[in-house]
Amino acid sequence: MPSIDLIANVVIAGLLTGLVYGLMALGLSVIFGVVRVVNFAHGEMMTIAMYAAVALFGAFRLDPFIAVIPVAIVFFGFGYAMQAGLINPFITRPEHSQFMLLVAVAIIMVNVLLMIFGPSALNVQVDYQLESYEVGKILFDKARVFAAGMALATSAGLFIFFKHTRTGKAIRACADNNLGAKVVGLNVKHLYALTFGLGSACVAVAGCMMILLVDVTPSLGPGYTLLAFVIVIIGGLGSMPGALFGGILIGVSEALAGLFFAPSAKSMFGFALLILVLLFRPQGLLGRKL
Amino acid sequence: MSLLEARSISKSFRGLKAVANASLEVPQGGIVALIGPNGAGKTTCFNMIAGVFAPDSGEILFGGKRIDGLRPDQICVAGIGRTFQIVKPFAGLSVLDNVIVGAFNRTKHLSEASRSASDILDRLGLGPKRDLPASSLTLPDRKRLEVARALATRPTLLLLDEVMAGLRPTECDLMVEVFRELNAKDGLTILLIEHVMRAVMALARHIVVLHHGEIIARGTPQEVVRDPAVLECYLGEETEV
Amino acid sequence: MNSRARILLSVLGVVLVLLPAFAGNYVISVATLILYFAFVGQAWNVMMGFAGQLSLGHSLYVGVGAYVSAAMFVNLGIAPWAGLWVAILVCMALGAAIGFLAFRFGISGVYFALLTIAFAEFTRIGFDHIEWTGGSGGLFLKVAQREQMDLLNFRGPPAMYYYAILALAAGALAICAWLLKSRAGYYWQAIRENEEAAQALGINTFRYKMIAVLISSAMTAVSGVFFAFYYNNLFPEQIFHISRSIEIILGPIIGGIGTLFGPILGAFVLTVLADSITEVLAYFGVEVPGIKQVFYGVVLLMVVMFLPHGIWPTLARKLGVTKS
Repeated sequence: MPSIDLIANVVIAGLLTGLVYGLMALGLSVIFGVVRVVNFAHGEMMTIAMYAAVALFGAFRLDPFIAVIPVAIVFFGFGYAMQAGLINPFITRPEHSQFMLLVAVAIIMVNVLLMIFGPSALNVQVDYQLESYEVGKILFDKARVFAAGMALATSAGLFIFFKHTRTGKAIRACADNNLGAKVVGLNVKHLYALTFGLGSACVAVAGCMMILLVDVTPSLGPGYTLLAFVIVIIGGLGSMPGALFGGILIGVSEALAGLFFAPSAKSMFGFALLILVLLFRPQGLLGRKL
Repeated sequence: MSLLEARSISKSFRGLKAVANASLEVPQGGIVALIGPNGAGKTTCFNMIAGVFAPDSGEILFGGKRIDGLRPDQICVAGIGRTFQIVKPFAGLSVLDNVIVGAFNRTKHLSEASRSASDILDRLGLGPKRDLPASSLTLPDRKRLEVARALATRPTLLLLDEVMAGLRPTECDLMVEVFRELNAKDGLTILLIEHVMRAVMALARHIVVLHHGEIIARGTPQEVVRDPAVLECYLGEETEV
Repeated sequence: MNSRARILLSVLGVVLVLLPAFAGNYVISVATLILYFAFVGQAWNVMMGFAGQLSLGHSLYVGVGAYVSAAMFVNLGIAPWAGLWVAILVCMALGAAIGFLAFRFGISGVYFALLTIAFAEFTRIGFDHIEWTGGSGGLFLKVAQREQMDLLNFRGPPAMYYYAILALAAGALAICAWLLKSRAGYYWQAIRENEEAAQALGINTFRYKMIAVLISSAMTAVSGVFFAFYYNNLFPEQIFHISRSIEIILGPIIGGIGTLFGPILGAFVLTVLADSITEVLAYFGVEVPGIKQVFYGVVLLMVVMFLPHGIWPTLARKLGVTKS
């Protein structure tokens, strides 16, 4: 039976990682919740962001916290373009068509990454990755704390945007009532693209943070996509706090499962939880009733 | 003899009472129209009869047996067919195949279902279009398809939900003729929700008026048209006689 | 089916039956692969194309079917012909459980798809820890002499496997053709088009959706058994992986969901495409890992964008085989 200190450390680490997961899921929640597109390429986008951070670090010694800015901007543009150019006509098409479109995009993304970077694991090496803060017997990895902080800050920024800016409210209007939004003159196509761009930017930030915590390989994509969906559904579609909360829940349960069972079993919890939530509380733990 | 009898049925949605203690009766072989302003609760009544949801209280009897709480497919098997206010054709299937689906309610064999479906299509004037995809039909034809499909299930009672909406007066008259014939020759009992008064006055032998979830008048068309309560709430707003 | 279609189908049938007589082992193995994907794609098509339920976790049934029959063979010495039935029953039970949970609780569309993915993933990780089936290290069947045909244990030359999968694929085609023309077939299409309207016409949608799931999972189980005894090794990471599930559905989607020949055409196009790409790239000396899949992705993208109903409907019209 592991000691309380060990458990506490593991839980804290899981919580901090969970916040980064939460940010990634927030991006999906925004996309799925507003544009209603099942972004099957979400995890692949995350992986691309991680590679971007690796590349910028390798070329310019850019700390991921600084690399975040260019990567997020590029991702925003890319997301906007993808929605406006590629995905928009698919909104009225049957669900499986949409799915397959993004599956195709995901396949292309994963394998282009494979072609460019090869299959071996890559990472960044910054000094503070080896340091930690000590509070009593608990160790807080500096990298993890900073990453979690960035995730929180970005989420907060997004909250404020949606709650207090006109554009944010316009986007929420589209999500609530597509036709009504059009009737009052909102440019829905542009707002959808904007939303996809914002969601992509979230993923960009999350990816740049994640590379501080784990190594990246091209095959991480599908796992992250699933994880994002699990978190969004558990936390509740349409609930931004839900995404963060779900992220923390998954982060902590993953960490604990890794401690008490085998490390490879950690994702099983997430899936079991997903199945239970889908069956008994499909609106998620914090979501609005469907 | 009542074919359909609703006894004091009520339905609330999140605290809002949509239908309150409504009772109505449809005699065997009769044609009854359920009218009332928008939001009066007509479709809610229909949906309770058709099994989409169960009434909160009250009973619904069909041929003397209780049907409240049954599933929509069980209601159809029992002999009640229905159309939808917003038509729901099987867009990817041909017109004939749409009706065959309905015809399978009474037979397991494709040949028999196909014959039955063909006959009904001819009767409704859709025969020449039988091999076209349902998605290519105009609205009036879609409405006729919807009716044909419901008829293919060989109902004893047909529920028509605003089937005349969007039809031109001549098209409306054609539909009325079809229903009159089905009622006179085949003994089909009909309960219809309708806003188009032209059709109501031409078809219905008995009218029930619903307002704010309650029945405020019932009687023959002549009686209802003169009823002060009805005139006050409904006929003052919009008439197309 | 019009006479043109009948002729084409007969010609195809003759060619397929005679193939091993004039083709080398390489062609036979490619043909076996095509037929395998045609078979399992057809099985998936029953659930999606017929009943409209998008399953993205079909690798679950392939894997469980494979593992059940293989484990029984390796650990208990039970011949595949008996193990086959156990595999089918187990997979049908799994399908029934998933279907029941989904339909009872009203889970559909993308949520249903995610549910199927969750089950497949859960099982993948689970099998990593089951010792009786070899865990993550894998389960291996002894590869006996390939020249001798041991039908009882389903070991033999490539031609034997080819004929087996040909029979399965042909059987699946026949079953699906028969189903489509039956009352169940019409009812499924109705459910797929508009479930509410279907109910109003007397269709017990729950029952028919369940039947589609049961048939689909049973057929997929059989493909799993074939897979196990053809490839002779099983790894949870591979056989339950989501890429397997996606592979399964690529054929029907490219060929045409809900059609009879879509899955077969799709399987053919994909396999031939994949092989040609490899050949062309090898010719130019390009050996980059992942480039083949990029082409896959691009083809899929093109089909989804420009031929949403798949290749078969357009091709069928051009060939003149559809009734007009």
